[in-house]
Amino acid sequence: MANNIIDLKKISVAFDGEQILKELDLTIEDKEFLTLLGPSGCGKTTTLRIIAGFLQPDSGDVIFDGKLINGVPAHKRQVNTIFQRYALFTHLNVFENIAFGLRIQKKKEKEIKETVTEMLSLVNLKGFETRDINTLSGGQQQRVAIARALAVKPRVLLLDEPLGALDLKLRKDMQNELKNIQQRLGITFIYVTHDQEEALSMSDKIVVMNNGVIQQIGTPIDIYNEPENAFVADFIGESNIVDGIMKDDLVCEFSGATFKCLDKGFEKNEPVDVVVRPEDVDVVPFEQGMLKGKVTSVTFKGVHFEIIVDIGGFKWMIQSTDEQFVGDNIGLYIEPDAIHIMKKSEYSGLYGDFSSFSEEFDELSDVNADSEDADDE
Amino acid sequence: MNKNSKGLQRAMTAPFTVWMAIFIIIPIALVLFYAFTDANGSFTLSNILSIWEYKSTYIVSIELAFVATIICLILAYPLAYSISRMKARHQQTMVLLVMLPMWMNFLIRTYAWMTILEDTGLINTLLKSFLTLFGYEFEGFAMINTNGAIVLGMVYNFLPYMILPIYTVLTKIDKSVIEAAKDLGANGFNVFTKVLLPQSVPGIISGITMVFVPAVSTFIISKLLGGGMTYLIGDIIENYFLGNTGEVNYNVGAALSLVLMVLILISMGIMNRFDKDAETSGGGLF
Amino acid sequence: MKHVSRFYNFLVFAFLYSPIVVMIVYSFNGIKSRSVFEGFSLQWYKELFNDAVIMKSLYVSLVIAVLAAVISTVIGTLAAVGINSMKGFKKKMYLSVNNIPMVNPEIVTAVSMMILFVFIISKSNTMEMGFGTLLISHITFCIPYVTLEVLPKIRGMDNNIYNAALDLGCPPAKAFMKVVIPQIKPGIVTGFIMAFTLSLDDFIISYFNSGSTVQTLSVTIFSMTKKPYSPKINALSTLLFVTILVLLVTVNIKQMRADSKKKGAKK
Repeated sequence: MANNIIDLKKISVAFDGEQILKELDLTIEDKEFLTLLGPSGCGKTTTLRIIAGFLQPDSGDVIFDGKLINGVPAHKRQVNTIFQRYALFTHLNVFENIAFGLRIQKKKEKEIKETVTEMLSLVNLKGFETRDINTLSGGQQQRVAIARALAVKPRVLLLDEPLGALDLKLRKDMQNELKNIQQRLGITFIYVTHDQEEALSMSDKIVVMNNGVIQQIGTPIDIYNEPENAFVADFIGESNIVDGIMKDDLVCEFSGATFKCLDKGFEKNEPVDVVVRPEDVDVVPFEQGMLKGKVTSVTFKGVHFEIIVDIGGFKWMIQSTDEQFVGDNIGLYIEPDAIHIMKKSEYSGLYGDFSSFSEEFDELSDVNADSEDADDE
Repeated sequence: MNKNSKGLQRAMTAPFTVWMAIFIIIPIALVLFYAFTDANGSFTLSNILSIWEYKSTYIVSIELAFVATIICLILAYPLAYSISRMKARHQQTMVLLVMLPMWMNFLIRTYAWMTILEDTGLINTLLKSFLTLFGYEFEGFAMINTNGAIVLGMVYNFLPYMILPIYTVLTKIDKSVIEAAKDLGANGFNVFTKVLLPQSVPGIISGITMVFVPAVSTFIISKLLGGGMTYLIGDIIENYFLGNTGEVNYNVGAALSLVLMVLILISMGIMNRFDKDAETSGGGLF
Repeated sequence: MKHVSRFYNFLVFAFLYSPIVVMIVYSFNGIKSRSVFEGFSLQWYKELFNDAVIMKSLYVSLVIAVLAAVISTVIGTLAAVGINSMKGFKKKMYLSVNNIPMVNPEIVTAVSMMILFVFIISKSNTMEMGFGTLLISHITFCIPYVTLEVLPKIRGMDNNIYNAALDLGCPPAKAFMKVVIPQIKPGIVTGFIMAFTLSLDDFIISYFNSGSTVQTLSVTIFSMTKKPYSPKINALSTLLFVTILVLLVTVNIKQMRADSKKKGAKK
């Protein structure tokens, strides 16, 4: 167990009677890029704050490098945090912000200067030493925050939605940069986000959380391809989640048809949730379709068309590079490896079809999610 | 926030808690205690009942303060409005000009009016010499030592307290709201009565409170400009505590203060009813 | 319309400033008159500086104002931090207590404290009304203004700034001094200035709580108004006015410069 840097054991937290974390167990390996992913209020930020020491769990143990650190206050922990809105010290300039932790450690002036210079070049801010924090752009402030936290050479860096305030283009650049920094320094990153795309592209390991409970832990590919339950399937990417029945090993039935699949180990005739990703469905002529339906909406997305197809009253989403037209009758073909079978869970049936689907709704709920996140701290 | 640091932050209120308990809460409790006891410390209602004697004083105080408040409101609103429509840089200067007299000692400002209003003061002297030129005999107006002089003193001293809060709310009204009203067919008068006035209610209310409370409880203005001809509640309270012109009696003085305090709390409560977002005007319990 | 409003503004400002102008003009009067001006002279200024009572009370006022401002700033700032972390009824209660001296008529605050002091003095023979009671009463009515100046600054501060200092290894008390205080400094400074000027300007509280041995400038001015007219008051007022004017204008110019500098830097 030498390479486990952090162990959370049966952590529970409640605020004002509301249970935020329920007996959470999580092991974090040294030098990995781990992402806590989930909607607002899922407990991801709370988990981070417990590791940082800003919050004491009501029960449970926090173990760092094999030692119990429950009672150790934040300023004595070897972890550092990148905060949501950077939390830079606006009364100090860039140099003094980065030097802050080093001065607390009473490092020699020469060493401080060396470290700050090194950090500034690490985050590509050479020559910004004397700049006032208020004169920096959001992206630059972000870099100062990273340099400030890394200057004290933490074993673990905690990042709380660090890119949330940046615009899309900058966010993509910073994602790459953060990943590079993590690999170069070889330290553990624990990254909190509600953006699944961000999580998928940066992480070694993703922890999907909801309502204070871990839903799934796995690599980005596992999480995407083999979601554990309907919640994960819905939260990560787009998915068609339908009720199905496992007829036998490798054979399942849904939407009135029988399919070959790669899953086994279920009871005979066990009711299950079936996930099919929109990009894994091929459009074929009507008569050749395993499933048959009528196109009800087509949206051009640039890379592909997003097509909503009504199959026996259930609206499927399909992504295809070939244009279809509303009103057309088309057939759908699904390969066995595109079908993923999940055991029924508390989330079964919560996610309907795409009949009321609208990107705008998604975005609206994203905005709400952000503001709620700020509240639950 | 960390539970430890919460504890630390709570501990920071300790000096405040102790200080305010001893020097705010206990004194008010003592006012209550004195108001309901006699010189020997036994319970009595006679202090409170004796206030009936000062009924007319209360009425005069309230009347004069009320008139002064209304005049302040009428004078302040147009000025506050016109400042709020100026360029930002000019606004800053104008606000500074409004505030500047407030930074002068209150007594000195009032005293200055004595100079101007006196029988041999500036106005009368000027008028006299002017009228004599035309051959009129002029005795001079009796201005000082009248209720009018007291009201003038109140208006002069407290006018900035009316201008500033009204100005503040008016600057917060979005210009496009006024444009929208005009766009929907409102004329200048309609814009004022249907948009500006309702939206500036919070400022008007805090202005009224900030003028009325010091005006109704003053004893300096009446002393200096009223020449001791008109007694206000403040004068009576002062006399009972310092005994400048009569007997010292803390018990009656406390009863008078208590009634004044209650009167003001009640009127503020009524005022806040008009204010939909009473939250902005502070505390909550009061 | 524009001319009407300009004329109106002019009238209101004339009303606000005419007594001040009169005071200033008559402070240079050659004779002791409130209506006739005869010859320019500085004699009242000379007399003013030779008046031991006025100079002594000016000194008392300044000492009281500095001490009251310092102490109330410390107590008020700490209180604001604590109150900000409170919730619900407790917070409401603290804010309400804080508001009492601001809502209550000054004379009631003044006599209520006077009752307390007289009560304590009557129980113990060691104390008397004087510098101590004056200072205490000034601190008391200054605290609420400081609290209300600092509170919004703390509320507006990102709580994580404090956490960030802890995170970088700063112990809590040091983090408060090194990070929180600088962040809320503008509020603390405004609170301090307000406390200082309120204390300097106060008459009512001092009048009831200073006793007979110690006098603030306001109390001295008050006793001068009861005596026969002396243009010394005018000279004193003129000096006070000029001091305030200079202070305010410099502060404002500095602020304007700082603002435009910030704007320039952002571009």
